[in-house]
Amino acid sequence: MKKKDLYTSAELIDKARELRLEILEMTTRAGSGHPSSSWSSVEIVTALYFGGVLRFQAEDPWWEDRDRFIMSKGHAAPLLYAALSHAGYFSTDELKRLREVGSPVQGHPIRGMMPGVEATTGSLGQGLSLGLGHVLGGRLDGKKFRVYVLLGDGECEAGQIWEAAMAAAHFKAGNLVAILDYNKFQETGPISREIGLEPLVDKWKSFGWTVHEVNGHDLDELLDKFQLIKQLEATGKPQIIIAHTIKGKGVSFVEADFTYHGRALNEEQAKLAREEINAAR
Amino acid sequence: MQLGKEAGLELCDLPLRNIFGDALLDLARSNPRVVVLDGDLGNSTKAEYVRQEFPERFFNIGIAESNLVGIGAGLAGAGYYPFIVSFSSFLLCNAYDQIRLAVAMSEIDATIIGSHGGITLGKDGPTQMGIEDLALMGGLPTFTIIVPSDPATMHAAVKAAPNIKGPVFIRSSRVPMPYIYPMEDTPFEVGVANRVREGADLTIIGCGMMVSAGLDAAAMLAKKGIEARVVDLHTIRPMDVEAINAAARDTGAIVCAEEHLLQGGMGSNVARIVAEHFPVPMRFVGLKDTYVESGDPWDLLKKYNLTADDIAAAGEAVVKAKKEA
Repeated sequence: MKKKDLYTSAELIDKARELRLEILEMTTRAGSGHPSSSWSSVEIVTALYFGGVLRFQAEDPWWEDRDRFIMSKGHAAPLLYAALSHAGYFSTDELKRLREVGSPVQGHPIRGMMPGVEATTGSLGQGLSLGLGHVLGGRLDGKKFRVYVLLGDGECEAGQIWEAAMAAAHFKAGNLVAILDYNKFQETGPISREIGLEPLVDKWKSFGWTVHEVNGHDLDELLDKFQLIKQLEATGKPQIIIAHTIKGKGVSFVEADFTYHGRALNEEQAKLAREEINAAR
Repeated sequence: MQLGKEAGLELCDLPLRNIFGDALLDLARSNPRVVVLDGDLGNSTKAEYVRQEFPERFFNIGIAESNLVGIGAGLAGAGYYPFIVSFSSFLLCNAYDQIRLAVAMSEIDATIIGSHGGITLGKDGPTQMGIEDLALMGGLPTFTIIVPSDPATMHAAVKAAPNIKGPVFIRSSRVPMPYIYPMEDTPFEVGVANRVREGADLTIIGCGMMVSAGLDAAAMLAKKGIEARVVDLHTIRPMDVEAINAAARDTGAIVCAEEHLLQGGMGSNVARIVAEHFPVPMRFVGLKDTYVESGDPWDLLKKYNLTADDIAAAGEAVVKAKKEA
């Protein structure tokens, strides 16, 4: 990692705040993007990259033994880019070019276009299959890396997710870890109103997965679960953390209005958001 | 009716899919990074030959093409070279978006095998037929698109695929095809069309089984005093622009023949190049905006005007048009 190997709990909270601010600045500058979907996943991604969960070498981004992180909910690209740049994969200056012509920092992630971007995503439902492919390849090579895939909740309406879930259990992919950002909203409204997912825990269990639930904004709780998951890897069962989150987390007027999906804040709104994110200490 | 008979070609006693299976097994033996992903059709596509010898490098993902492509792309991310194999129809139509993002846009090194291309799978009917595969693949930038025309070029294409930068599509087929080329030292270079017959009056440009049919047609035309050049356009992308320009310049008339819809296939792409560089009269043999039905492959080819007779008739017509122009 860039500056340090271990973060204290307080420092992790600071890092999450920094990422939240980066997402705000990136999307407001670009005038588009999905800040609310990015904010709901901030603690999950902070735990992975800065909480000592993922094994990676930012200076050698395609290191063969790296743990994989696949951002299946590709519209949270600003969060992915912010985390990668803060982890030392590339300069934070690149973040200023989000969604610009000629910039490698694309609106949704394109594999390999920036160091550390493992997968092309943004058409939802595809990341879990990719993760399973990495698992099977690593197994053939006798490698020990783990594969983490961040799923959106609306994304779980896609059939491919369940194809992959079934296959992962079949192939005993104990080193495949899904994290489901369960913020309870999809683009057009509350999931329960549009296409309900419940009973979600039962669904994953019935597909042969070990299911964990956490408060997706509690870094300590997330880190405990990731630790437990490592201990349970030998069971050969794929594991999922259903992370209960808040869409737009950190900015009250966005939290209160799901229509912010796919909408950047204007300068005036960004000023309020900036103050609120900074004040949350 | 026997493909290649008029042209004096020897028919292979095995369907092209079996040749594909052999070629894939050869490759798996020589290249330990090759893995095979099957959509539960390995016994039909003959990808199963690899399963018998290298079960650890063969993954049947089941009847779930989206997942099949995604897992294949993930294996590429882990450093393997995946062959993702199924029927063209199911694979491309079910998993087009997965191929678009995880393979084409990601520019991974991988090969998609679209088996049972065209209408000659016959009796299983139109739900299984891949009559639109070249058009669909044409909609995916970064893909190299190859349609082998005989056993030798199938072997050569499979062997060449892992050395091609970026994704590759290879069409396979359920029918036996005649030998056009020698099995050893086969003249095959990706992106370079092969002239398989010389003639000054017109050029027949074909791919897949229509190369043999084109050679048959040329033999028929020769009896009427018309000499046709025949070009095997085995690579649909990147297309050999020079070979097409030469055909237009040297012979002044072109017939395109393909076992595919006329919309978006080989011929429409050839026409774009001809129109831009050397406009000459053209005719097109292919499926005319229709699905076909179950039936014996040769009966279907006849009913839907995809035979050597149809190519020869188009040849006569285009030569007449050239003279009248």
